Order: sequence, then structure tokens, then C-alpha cells
Amino acid sequence: MSKAVLHLSEGMEPGFLREVEVEAGTRVSLCYQCGKCAASCPVSFVMDLEPYQVMRLVQLGARDEVLRSRTIWLCASCTACSERCPREVDVAATMDALRVLARRAGYRPAEGQIALFHGIFLDNVRDAGRLHELGLMVRYKLKSGGLFSDLDVGLPMMRHGKLKPVPHRIRGTDQMRALFARVRAREAAAKGGEGR
Amino acid sequence: MKYAYFPGCSLSGTAREYDRSTRAVARVLGLELEEIPDWSCCGATSAHATEKLLSLALPARSLARADEMGLDVVAPCAACFNRLRTTVHAVRSDWKVRQEVGEVLGQEYAARSDAYALPDVIVNRYGLDNIVPHLKRSLDGLKVACYYGCLLVRPSAITASDDPEDPQTLDRLVRALGGEPVVWPAKTECCGASLSITRTRVVWQLAAQILTAAQRAGAEAIAVACPFCQSNLDMRQVQAQKWSGRRWNIPVYYFTQLLGVALGLPPGELGLESHFVDPLGVLRQKALV
Ligand code: SF4
Ligand code: SF4
Repeated sequence: MSKAVLHLSEGMEPGFLREVEVEAGTRVSLCYQCGKCAASCPVSFVMDLEPYQVMRLVQLGARDEVLRSRTIWLCASCTACSERCPREVDVAATMDALRVLARRAGYRPAEGQIALFHGIFLDNVRDAGRLHELGLMVRYKLKSGGLFSDLDVGLPMMRHGKLKPVPHRIRGTDQMRALFARVRAREAAAKGGEGR
Repeated sequence: MKYAYFPGCSLSGTAREYDRSTRAVARVLGLELEEIPDWSCCGATSAHATEKLLSLALPARSLARADEMGLDVVAPCAACFNRLRTTVHAVRSDWKVRQEVGEVLGQEYAARSDAYALPDVIVNRYGLDNIVPHLKRSLDGLKVACYYGCLLVRPSAITASDDPEDPQTLDRLVRALGGEPVVWPAKTECCGASLSITRTRVVWQLAAQILTAAQRAGAEAIAVACPFCQSNLDMRQVQAQKWSGRRWNIPVYYFTQLLGVALGLPPGELGLESHFVDPLGVLRQKALV
């Protein structure tokens, strides 16, 4: 995949670095661009921005460039980058923070299917308390338009009893719904408080 | 020795055999596992990719129950373990986090119980010295690539892994069972986890790299402690073979299945029938089944 050209002159927001550091709980400003994160990253070969480029863009306040990248969604959260960073920057936590900020700011995720997957996963957990894998896969495939893809794996899974047909609902579903509602309410408050 | 058991969602579906083999092995060893009543999903990657507080509150619901049981928690799934342990750590080290988690959860959560990964509990806490007297069969030099992946070992500040670049827990177990752990470079590489569903091709490529590394090191089998690792290397192996034009045909076992074989348990009790790449051929050659 060809790498994106960085447009550093456009849309800089000096406050962005601070915002990311607070959300991620790590100091992106310490990054000195050695590139070890990218060298460690198992999925950098499909990313538009390499992890070290994301770090630099955050330092420079290039909010838009970062929040609409594919990279923040493709990151598999393996934390190899964070483990190895010589400056102890938690790169993986930064990727998490950027996904959160992109969602809050209403960006359409550059990797729509990955965001869709996370959404269906969490709806399922909110409603039943436990994830029902078969339900997740069927709903995801219906919504992403590939219902009949992957049948060479799906059918043997069925045969081996690896796809439980009936979901398990926990007793405490009320508590789950309340928990999600309180998180959403806080999110909404955070959004209102950004004042941008 | 008794632990609060957090099976996690995969262990009643794609990783059924991990649950079965864990319970079977625990029974033989006299390791008591008491399932956390009405436990709920840890939220996995989807929660921490969405909202940090959600990713802490979800595990906290089950952890609070373990606190009430007065037991430390053991999780077979590496992903669950990682989320549970992250939550315990976050709540213990930051008063404000503890308060927020309590508010969202609707109950006080003090993180009294610890959370451990199953390999750590079996190999280090129960202990190899106590396992050896129970062994009925030797793995007879079976060459095993121990594959740890990410979530069991990283971030090491949270997981307290023995060595995040070259972990040894599973290797020591395999050696104690009479197997031969191979030295190989992909022990802690990432399998792509849930990209398996959304970006399947990426996972084929990652699986291809890992399987090739195991093959080059002479491995006859791979041992794992994570449902994602198992499904991406076993269920996806045939697809990855077609896609890459290579051929590996390496069985991928949960470490509890290999332990179970050495403890003399029959294949049926270890869920060995539900693999994609034939798990019995290699074991038959060694007259282990
Ligand atoms: S490894 Fe750390 S210091 Fe090096 S480029 Fe990545 S974030 Fe920056
Ligand atoms: S955590 Fe994300 S960015 Fe870091 S190495 Fe893993 S996949 Fe790459």
C-alpha cells in the first residue's frame, strides 16, 4: 500500500497534543522519532501512516490528518510498540486515545468495517452480558455485506460445535444496561465540554 | 489450591476445548476452580478501542464478584486475563479511576483480588514440582513451538511476564512433560486477533509468518494459551496455505491439551476432536493416544 503524503502546513492545532496526552495517559511529546514502534508493528504494512508518523503528527497538532487515518483503526493493540519504545511512550494507548477522540469528534472511521465490528460487539455485550460469537458474526456479515464469505471456516466450526447456537443471557442484564448508559452519559458530557 | 474461575465468552464457543481441557486438567491436579457467579464479558479490544472507562468497568463487574468470593481470579483466555489484570492495576494505582469505575458500575470496587493467567497459575503457582508426580506419559521429545502472542506477555509492567521478548513459562512446562520446546523467533508476535473477521487477509499473512517460523525451527506442534491465537493459527491455517501457496500442516494445541495428554486423559475429555488441522496424527506417532 502506498503511504500517504503528510501535509504539515494545514490545520495545526497546538492544543491537540495536550488533549491526546491526557486521554492516553502518556507523554507523546517524548517521542524522538527513532521508528522502533513501526519496526515492531505487525500491521504497519497495511497502515497509511506508520506509528512513528502518527506520533510526530500528534506532536505537531495535525488533528485532522491523524483522526481520519486508517492506522488508528488497523492497530491491533498488540503493544509491541509500547513495550519497546526507548522513550517509554505508550504508543498503543495513544492509538486507543485517537480512536476515542475520533469517535467523539464525529469522524467517519476510515476503516468502517473495523468500527462496525466493535459497535456490534459492544451492543451484544450490553444486551446479553456475554458475547455470543455466532450472533456477532452473523450480524457483522449481514451489515458488512459478506454473509457468505468465510463459509469454509464457518461450516466446519458449526460441525465441531464451536458456534454455540443459543446466546447466554446473564441475570444482571439490568446492571449492564445501566453501566453502558452511565458511560454514554459521561461521553456526552465530555463532548459538550470540549467547546470546539 | 482454589481460584475464582473466569472462563470468558470464547470458552463456551470457539474455544470450547480450552474450557474442557482446563477443567479436566484441574480436576486431576486437584486445583479447585470455582466459576464466578453470573460473570460478564471483559469487553476485549472493542471496549478499550471505544472508551477507556467502559474497558475498566466491564471487567470490574466480574472482579467485584471475585472480591466477594475472597479468591484470586484465574483466566485461561489471554485477552480476558489482560483486561482483568489491567483493571486491577488501574483501580489500585489511581484513586480517581477507582471512584469513576465505582460510579459507572453502581457499586464500590476495591480490587482486592488479583488476576492471573492460567499458564502462570499452573506452572508457577501450582508448580512444576507438584505436576510431575501426576504425569502418566512422556511427550517423548515432541518438538513444540510455544506461542505466547501479545496479551499474555505485554505490557510487561501489567502482566509481570518473566521476559516479554523471550518468555519461558510454557517452554518450561513442555520440557517437564518430556517434550522439546524449540527455539524460534515468533513467540511473541501478534496473530492479528479480531482483525481475523474484519481484515482476514492481514491475519493470513501474520499466520503465514508465524507458521513458517515454527516450521523452520522444526516444530511438530504449536502450544498456545489464547483462543485468538488458536483460531487464527489452526482454523485459518488451511486458508493461509491456499493464499500463500505454502504448506505447514502443524497442529495447534491449547497447552492444557498437551498437559492433559501427559496426565493420561483420553482425547475425548480434552476436546481434541474439534481442531481443523489434525491433532491426533502427531500424537499417534508418539503412541500418546
Ligand atoms: S519507538 Fe517511541 S521514541 Fe521511537 S518513534 Fe516510536 S514512539 Fe517515538
Ligand atoms: S499496538 Fe498497534 S501500533 Fe503498536 S505495534 Fe501493535 S498494532 Fe502496531
